[in-house]
Amino acid sequence: MPAAVIVFPGSNCDRDMARAIELVTGRAPAMVWHGDTSLPDGTDFVALPGGFSYGDYLRSGAMAARSPVMGAVKAAAQRGVPVLGVCNGFQVLTEAGLLPGALMRNAGLNFVCRDVALDVENSQTIFTAGYAAGQRITIPVAHHDGNYFADADTLDRIEGEGRVAFRYAEVVNGSARGIAGLVSAGGNVLGMMPHPERAVEDAHSNRQGLALFESVLGVIA
Amino acid sequence: MKVEVFVTLKPGVLDPQGRAIQHALGGLGFAGVNDVRAGRYIQLDLADGTSEADVRAMCEQLLANTVIENFRITGV
Repeated sequence: MPAAVIVFPGSNCDRDMARAIELVTGRAPAMVWHGDTSLPDGTDFVALPGGFSYGDYLRSGAMAARSPVMGAVKAAAQRGVPVLGVCNGFQVLTEAGLLPGALMRNAGLNFVCRDVALDVENSQTIFTAGYAAGQRITIPVAHHDGNYFADADTLDRIEGEGRVAFRYAEVVNGSARGIAGLVSAGGNVLGMMPHPERAVEDAHSNRQGLALFESVLGVIA
Repeated sequence: MKVEVFVTLKPGVLDPQGRAIQHALGGLGFAGVNDVRAGRYIQLDLADGTSEADVRAMCEQLLANTVIENFRITGV
């Protein structure tokens, strides 16, 4: 039962994502090209990596969200397969309509690339079960368009449904209500701007992203 | 036929780029710039007879992100 990492032209965190998955599962995930129209049989986890898919043309994630492989990713998400989108992957998930809202230019207009403090808002999701509720963790961000926007009704709804998985514990990019990551209504799709795959081994500044991969990949193991 | 599409942020959606442009204009000595909203302009060369409904569909499915943006079509 393989995991799959989707590779778009311009993805640049696909190999980091694959390494994080292999660290936890002991198996290299399938690397699936954006032009493919299906996922490998039995795919039980899909990751959309960070990067600058299609050069961020039109809007970040806009072209990738309409690429051939996304039909299969949407179908997998609808079947309940866990789907993780990090950074550009989060942007793709919102553009594809798998998560509500949009990611706009950072409020300060700067590309932000540093470790940031996050609070685990909901530790009951399949992605965050390895954390304690309210736990503060440090995960790197690296993005220009991470300023989460949704209208007030949508924000109230996703907050009320407990769908905010991670919230920034400091000022980072102007995100509405400090939202750093949120899950779908079904709980099996997580989009987040911070990069958990950059915090999984000793060479990184910390290993606090590992619990996310252990949580979601443990569910499917 | 040539069709033009103007994509703009919805009212109420903060526009950090527009804000930066506004500040820069102030820095250049232009007084009285009360607000700036930046958008996107797209030219389409379409087969004659393409309907406005088709262009609207293009806008809704790709050219604009209707979560945050409005669009205006001219020339069809």
